[in-house]
Amino acid sequence: MFPRSRNGGARAREPRPVRAPCLLLVLVVLSAALVGCGGQQRKLVYWASNQGSSTAQDQQVLRAELARFTARTGIPVEIEVISWNDLLNRILGAATSGTGPDVVNVGNTWSASLQATGAFVPFDAAAMDRLGGRGRFLEAAMSSTGVPGRPPAAVPLYGTSYAVFYDKRRFREAGITAPPRDWAEFLAVARKLTDPAHDRFGLTVPGASYTENAHFAFLFGVQHGAHFVDQQGHTRFTSPAAVAAVQRYVELMSCQHVVRPDDAEVSSVPEAAGDFTSGRAAMLIAQNSALPPILDSDMPAEDVGVFPLPLPNPLPPGGNPVRTHVGGSNVAVLRDSPRRAEAMELVRFLTSRRTQVDLNRAYGSLPVVKDAYDDPAFSTGNAAVFGRLLAQESAPVPMIPDESRFETTVGAGVRDLFARAAMGQRVDREQVREALADAEQQMRGAGGS
Amino acid sequence: MRREPRWTTAVRIAGLGALGAFTAVPLYVMVTTAVKPLDDVQDTFTWLPSRVTFRPFITMWSTVDLAEYFANSVVVASSAAVLSVLIAIFAAYAVSRYRFPGRNLFRVAVLSTQMFPGILFLLPLYLMYASIGQATGVLVQGSRTGLVITYLTFSLPFSIWMLVGYFDTVPAELDEAALIDGAGPLGTLLRVVLPAAKPGIAAVTIYAFMTAWGETLFASIMTDSNSRTLAVGLREYSTESSVYWNEVMAASLTVSVPVVIGFLLLQRYLVRGLTAGALR
Amino acid sequence: MAVLHQRRSRAWTAPYLLLAPALVFELLVHVVPMLGGLWMSFRELNQFFLRSWVSAPPAGLGNYRFAVDFDGAVGAELLRSFSVTAAFSLLTVVFSFGLGLGAALLLQRPFRGRFLVRGLFLVPYALPIYTAAMIWKFMLDRSDGVVNAALSGAGLGGGNFWLLGGNAFLSLVVTAVWRLWPFAFLALTAGMQSVPGDLYDAAECDGAGPWQRFRFITLPVLRPVAQVLALVLFLWTFNDFNLPYMLFDQSVPSAANLVSVHVYQSSFLTWNFGLGSAMSTLLLLFLLAVVLLFLAATSWRRRAS
Repeated sequence: MFPRSRNGGARAREPRPVRAPCLLLVLVVLSAALVGCGGQQRKLVYWASNQGSSTAQDQQVLRAELARFTARTGIPVEIEVISWNDLLNRILGAATSGTGPDVVNVGNTWSASLQATGAFVPFDAAAMDRLGGRGRFLEAAMSSTGVPGRPPAAVPLYGTSYAVFYDKRRFREAGITAPPRDWAEFLAVARKLTDPAHDRFGLTVPGASYTENAHFAFLFGVQHGAHFVDQQGHTRFTSPAAVAAVQRYVELMSCQHVVRPDDAEVSSVPEAAGDFTSGRAAMLIAQNSALPPILDSDMPAEDVGVFPLPLPNPLPPGGNPVRTHVGGSNVAVLRDSPRRAEAMELVRFLTSRRTQVDLNRAYGSLPVVKDAYDDPAFSTGNAAVFGRLLAQESAPVPMIPDESRFETTVGAGVRDLFARAAMGQRVDREQVREALADAEQQMRGAGGS
Repeated sequence: MRREPRWTTAVRIAGLGALGAFTAVPLYVMVTTAVKPLDDVQDTFTWLPSRVTFRPFITMWSTVDLAEYFANSVVVASSAAVLSVLIAIFAAYAVSRYRFPGRNLFRVAVLSTQMFPGILFLLPLYLMYASIGQATGVLVQGSRTGLVITYLTFSLPFSIWMLVGYFDTVPAELDEAALIDGAGPLGTLLRVVLPAAKPGIAAVTIYAFMTAWGETLFASIMTDSNSRTLAVGLREYSTESSVYWNEVMAASLTVSVPVVIGFLLLQRYLVRGLTAGALR
Repeated sequence: MAVLHQRRSRAWTAPYLLLAPALVFELLVHVVPMLGGLWMSFRELNQFFLRSWVSAPPAGLGNYRFAVDFDGAVGAELLRSFSVTAAFSLLTVVFSFGLGLGAALLLQRPFRGRFLVRGLFLVPYALPIYTAAMIWKFMLDRSDGVVNAALSGAGLGGGNFWLLGGNAFLSLVVTAVWRLWPFAFLALTAGMQSVPGDLYDAAECDGAGPWQRFRFITLPVLRPVAQVLALVLFLWTFNDFNLPYMLFDQSVPSAANLVSVHVYQSSFLTWNFGLGSAMSTLLLLFLLAVVLLFLAATSWRRRAS
């Protein structure tokens, strides 16, 4: 049998060595055929952040606006709107691999970290002049663009600030005639509006969102004169002022009981806003970017009011009268972009007065250039409240390369404190200090100092 | 077969009932939530919808770009499944029918990939794809191609293992008969071994499809808005102004139906393959 | 086994050519990136060096030392998440295996509608993992979830947090078991099918009760299947990233801080990839040790019997 099969096999075996390479060729062709329509080489690629209530809506707004840009300059732009969950990862990938967009939105708190990668074009004096000069931008917004003393790696694009949204109807029903003017009044109002038996609380906070927690820890810290990170970049999480600041925030649930325990599970601002609009909470401390979804909901627009976050009166020794951190998004140009001139043109367009007015009106955010503020959309009503807060009563979060680690460590620590409070465990000074000490160790241990 | 004693039947019914409830309650929740109006899902849970509405099934397509994600997932999962099975067939044939140095090493190596943590090679893989894209101009990173390549490799080990088991059950005499008729190894594969292993092939195809359909980690890093799959896209429901749970459940139901039906139809072949594999 | 094509002078390339595509893809997707990850673990790869990562400065064993310094916060956290993951994996495997075995036994004897019950049991495994996670996330919500509604309806309280604190671990295990046990059921059913039914009948005629039948017929046959199944389940569960990430979003409580999520958060969120790669490599070494232990134990057993 063997000799037979060897002969028989030999004849048929001829084509075989050709087949395997053929298979590989087929595979390569198949793979190539699966290539999606990746960006054509002539278009400018712009990664936008999710500013409105949905990425689909953002896409529409931007496309309409950038059509104007293309008409004026002849440069086509391919827009991709990325949700905040994924944006940092995607930017990271772009910075690492050298491929990616030409222009990208970044969270302004990321500015220093991104600056440290060296993957973004620094906006030196000449570049800033092409945008109309540094003085054209809000000082507050410019303070959140990178490490002080170095040319910014991104320029401001949208501005946001924190204030307190309140339900006017609930206030009326409770006989509260004016918004609280200081922290003590704020607590009193919140307590008055809290009725656990009917599942109504005075305030809602997204206790599981580490970014929001970090922002509030920072903000309250500034009011107490605490610097979580000092000028030299050293961490001081456990200073008495820092502990007091965080305690004041967590106390809203643990001691004052004006916040629903379930809020310790709420991990996003939209969810907290949902609790506000459904009547479960009478107040919500959030950025103006929460305004469009709030107005979109079933809650009647005339019931929505805004007042600045009340400060403790008197301010703790060494404290600053700051009611919000500088929120918002910046726009940056990738250093590896082969179309740098066109990209800078796009940045110029995005920071031009008309575009600023159009886009910020659509998104409910604030312009970052002073000349846009004479538009009535931003000089009246709720927007004016936010605008004034951003311009005059704000402070930027620490512009350090490890800012994201600051947010994850401190934010997670506060989240765990809320979890303890929600489950009825003690959260007093000692627990807060321990949580902050832990966060500080993690921040230090992983390379920060 | 003898009738079993009463207490055994009681145990059987109780056990199956408990397991059935454990399995079915979440499924019930998914289905009923999908047909609830929004007010129902934002309040305390109710076992029955206040009224049945199919509106979530309509609005879910517009809240999030579900159609595109669905299409991407279908393309990626199908391609990955087909390619994975093709490659696995060739590899399994080699392992089953040949004795060669490195055979055992290959089998062990392939199985050992099960212990690789995805986190370890996620970023390097990303960087590699980006480099390939830069070097060759073929867009791999951020495209469906990159995902297909990744997913087909993920399901290769299990597919090869299972197909080896199936191929081994095809007796050598059939191969020899084909050889006598003048067929080469590939001919034998095509004409003798494959037809006998059709159920196994069906089973590994559905397994590869399911693996690709459900993968989340690599999809979140390696896709852009054109190539985004359902795994990433469905999370966008929760970043909207409030969490539309009814739409989330409606979408979940819709995207699960193909894989569940496919799996149920082909699971007995999976069973047979597992038997074949384990008996080795 | 069909051993047909021996190595002959012109045929020796055949198996290698057939294996080539599989090898190419495995190298491309698994091996080379793993080596890349290994290389990264010996470098100081953070946001400062990300852009030109090939020239990131060497860190020697620095990343590893950080990771295993159990006095420091990072090391302590890593050790903690290892233990949490080990506990989670063991519990999940035990329960999945137990339920799978129970179901396989209960469904051994055919009855009307058996295939329907079987189909129902398999659905959780067939669902994409994100669907399963989302359903359970919805169900475990404190105020709006089914679990608490059912508990309060039955008078057993119902005000608990299931996604916070210590309960988060329990929720994770329950969700993981719900999803995984059908696979154990499938594999064990497959294993049991190789026992001819007459064997059970004969044993019954000889007066063997159900427990004895199980112990002397079913169990020995199942042993090889069960061993491999347990190992595979353990590896899959230990490495799982999707479930905790989808169940808890970004706010994973420390009681449910599984290794893979922990490493992800320590590297992707803080841009410290050198450290993240070192931690992943440690994870891989741990699993390698587990597999080797398993192989040693099973082959020792086989030799002993």
